[in-house]
Amino acid sequence: MQKTVSLTVNGKPVSATVEGRTLLVQLLREQLGLTGTHVGCDTSQCGACVVHVDGEAVKACTLLAVQADGHSVLTIEGVATGDTLHPMQEAFRNNHALQCGFCTPGMVMSALDLVKNNPNPTEREIRVYLEGNLCRCTGYHNIVLAIAEGAAVMRGEAPPNVHGVAAE
Amino acid sequence: MATIGTPVRRREDYRFLIGRGTYTDDINRPGQLYAYILRSPHARARITEIDTATAQAAPGVVAVYTGKDMAADGVGGLPCGWQIHSKDGSPMAEPPHPVLAIDSVRHVGDPVAVVIADTLAQARDAGELVSVDYVEEPAVVDPVEALKPGAPQVRDEAPGNLCYDWHLGDLAAVDAAIGKAARVVKLDLTNNRLVPNAMEPRAAIGEFNRATGEYTLYTTSQNPHVIRLLMGAFVLHIPEARLRVVAPDVGGGFGSKIYHYAEEAIVTWAAGKVNRPVKWTAERSESFMSDAHGRDHVTHVELALDGEAMFLALKVSTIANMGAYLSTFAPCIPTYLYGTLLAGTYTTPAIYVETKAVFTHTVPVDAYRGAGRPEATFLLERIVDLAADEIGIDPAELRRRNFIPATAFPYQTPVALQYDSGDYGATLELALKAADYQGFEARRRDALARGKLRGIGIATYIEACGIAPSAVVGSLGARAGLFESAAVRVHPTGSVSVLTGSHSHGQGHETTFSQIVADTLGIPMESIEIVHGDTAKIPYGMGTYGSRSLAVGGTAIVKAMDKVIAKGRKIAAHLLEAAEADVEFEDGKFTVAGTDRSKTLGEVALTAYVPHNFPHDELEPGLDETAFYDPKNFTFPSGAHIAEVEIDLETGQVAVVNFTASDDFGRIINPLIVEGQVHGGLAQGIGQALLEGCVYDKASGQLLTGSYNDYAMPRADDLPAFTLSTNVTLCTHNPLGVKGCGEAGAIGAPAAITNALVDALRPLGVHHLDMPATPEKLWRLIQQHRTPLAAE
Repeated sequence: MQKTVSLTVNGKPVSATVEGRTLLVQLLREQLGLTGTHVGCDTSQCGACVVHVDGEAVKACTLLAVQADGHSVLTIEGVATGDTLHPMQEAFRNNHALQCGFCTPGMVMSALDLVKNNPNPTEREIRVYLEGNLCRCTGYHNIVLAIAEGAAVMRGEAPPNVHGVAAE
Repeated sequence: MATIGTPVRRREDYRFLIGRGTYTDDINRPGQLYAYILRSPHARARITEIDTATAQAAPGVVAVYTGKDMAADGVGGLPCGWQIHSKDGSPMAEPPHPVLAIDSVRHVGDPVAVVIADTLAQARDAGELVSVDYVEEPAVVDPVEALKPGAPQVRDEAPGNLCYDWHLGDLAAVDAAIGKAARVVKLDLTNNRLVPNAMEPRAAIGEFNRATGEYTLYTTSQNPHVIRLLMGAFVLHIPEARLRVVAPDVGGGFGSKIYHYAEEAIVTWAAGKVNRPVKWTAERSESFMSDAHGRDHVTHVELALDGEAMFLALKVSTIANMGAYLSTFAPCIPTYLYGTLLAGTYTTPAIYVETKAVFTHTVPVDAYRGAGRPEATFLLERIVDLAADEIGIDPAELRRRNFIPATAFPYQTPVALQYDSGDYGATLELALKAADYQGFEARRRDALARGKLRGIGIATYIEACGIAPSAVVGSLGARAGLFESAAVRVHPTGSVSVLTGSHSHGQGHETTFSQIVADTLGIPMESIEIVHGDTAKIPYGMGTYGSRSLAVGGTAIVKAMDKVIAKGRKIAAHLLEAAEADVEFEDGKFTVAGTDRSKTLGEVALTAYVPHNFPHDELEPGLDETAFYDPKNFTFPSGAHIAEVEIDLETGQVAVVNFTASDDFGRIINPLIVEGQVHGGLAQGIGQALLEGCVYDKASGQLLTGSYNDYAMPRADDLPAFTLSTNVTLCTHNPLGVKGCGEAGAIGAPAAITNALVDALRPLGVHHLDMPATPEKLWRLIQQHRTPLAAE
């Protein structure tokens, strides 16, 4: 069964013909070429595919493409403004919160969802919220610091620069 | 401005943060087809027939191939890169490893056939139509069971399932020391089987160019040149000049992406057959049953001590699970990367280790972060803690008493290695202070009042990184060299391309290597490009594993820069009309000593490529130098890790409340990256100690932990914030003084956590427990032993 879906992705209207079984993540990666959203598991646990659908964090492997018909999707490719990183992306960079980078898009999308609902999360709240995002590289230590920094900057505070980083 | 030693933000982050990394599965080639690999559902079975006719006729299907098709085309088996010899001098059993199973399957997940179709969905649908007649046979998954008489046979070439029976050390000296010891402490332990679980599943795209006869393989590899060599020479018989291997951004590896896997050969060979690109991407459940696993040891250890609690001898007997086939470097892990580490940080004068490697009906086992060294450290630091427990001495004091003193380097161990530098005592004191070891007993009492058993555990470790020199590893059975290459290409305008045989899969080489080049050549990091991961661009490479990239690959870059500077000095001397000996190079400028006459590196480079005024009699044009570096020795990072845990008496739930790591990695180029490496290693080590364990059903041989539903990966709320520090002693035999930091966390943490758990449970009469210490295991232990606690 083929169906044409129309949705908004990163602010632009798109249409595509998909099979009934096509997942949203497959539509994004294979048909729209948005390969920043990753697939790390087949049981909806790793969180590498987190995107926002109508402003809510969703694992794009748990949604059929047809279910996104008529909805608005934000992927990692739509987070920065031109060449300027979003404060949460900048915070990940400042805190060395990514190594291989594979889980990173999902982590950033989840972090944005957390901060939307809880603008000033504690370390514990960040760790508990990240239950749906696996990272094998960082031990989460710097991801937790990055999300705290991103939240602080989004609240209008100065970045704490806990690592004393210099620009490269 | 010097960048070495400063926390420079990573250059690679921007592309990953905007979703523009290029991982293998992100690549699509024109006309690409998709491969679905049919895998064995059985641990052991004979294949009596494979009927592919229905699948061949299914919509979109281009081809279906079996092992017999590949064999008929002359495709070879997957080679093993290390040959171990047994005690009696005989070579290890080395049974064939077909790319696709022929006649028999030997573990759940063993590849049986490949379906190639226009879409992945069509390939998968057609996979259901391939009919395989299996005759199931009894399987064995436990290595101890596999050695028993009458156990199911895994390989005809390995009677009794024994791959080899290896040993190292002086048995007579060890037995004599044990015979006269004041105390002999004994322990039986296991080192749990782990699944590496890089977040990026493996993927491979094969491509064939009919016009040139050239094959290209895009693959998730830590070492593309090694794959080119193994696949080209042994499996598909394609010469290097007609085989390009590209490993683009790699999403983690931890060892599991070192090896040459069947799927790489399948897509490359099939691309030639169907004359279109063929792509395969693992699903996570495929990763669980096809990526090489790690660890899986069963060990008996004895430590002999004199009346002053000095170690006299260590005797170790290990059974190591190899799985059903020998993965690329599997045989060296429980031997030369394990037995040689058993001196640890201690002066133990006599050591003997024997390892029986065993075939079972399980996924092959190979190097996983640490690879042999975590297993060595776990047993050593457990037996040392048990000795402290039996003697009634502070475990920190027992370690201090037996440390190799800082004045004793270079130090020759009784198990072949010569450590070049270290200061184990100072590193331990640093960790003890940071962890407030002195104040622990008060915290233990406070915890008990809250219904928690609190414990503290120490582990010290020694690591051997940058495995080398090639001549030595060759004599120990390696079928490869272990050097690294680098080319430093100064372009006409003074920008620099560095072509390195190391290959980052998350380690940040583009940043660390740029820092070294920026500081040495005196140019900004923006002018430097690090190129890796492509056999068509890089002269040669042995890749990234064993924490070798900075110590070996970084040194090769330094050696190539030395040549650039030496040639640049000659060119500058010509331009400045000075004697070469009078020209100095500093901060990117060649200067005639004692004058202000100078030429920048850029000016010299331009002269090298526009050689109008050039010493043609003496030099060739250009400024592009290559170096191959074969180290003189391993490097020896070391450290002291201290874990503090609380166990909930009612639920058995563990909280890691503090984790302190003090490490000696030699000179640190980028502290931000080094800390990140330690954090990640600690998470994997804590995961091994508390959560992770790959479990097979003993009766059926089925893999019970085949997804993230069943295999417990560490999550953010399982882990604490880590407290890190470093105590630097420089490596004495490489110019950077660096030692490597990639595996330290995974080596120290399992023993530190387990020692802390045993410390917490000791009031209950518990003296050892095996990993992973799950809440269920701890709850049962607490229930069994509760009476003594209640009586206190």
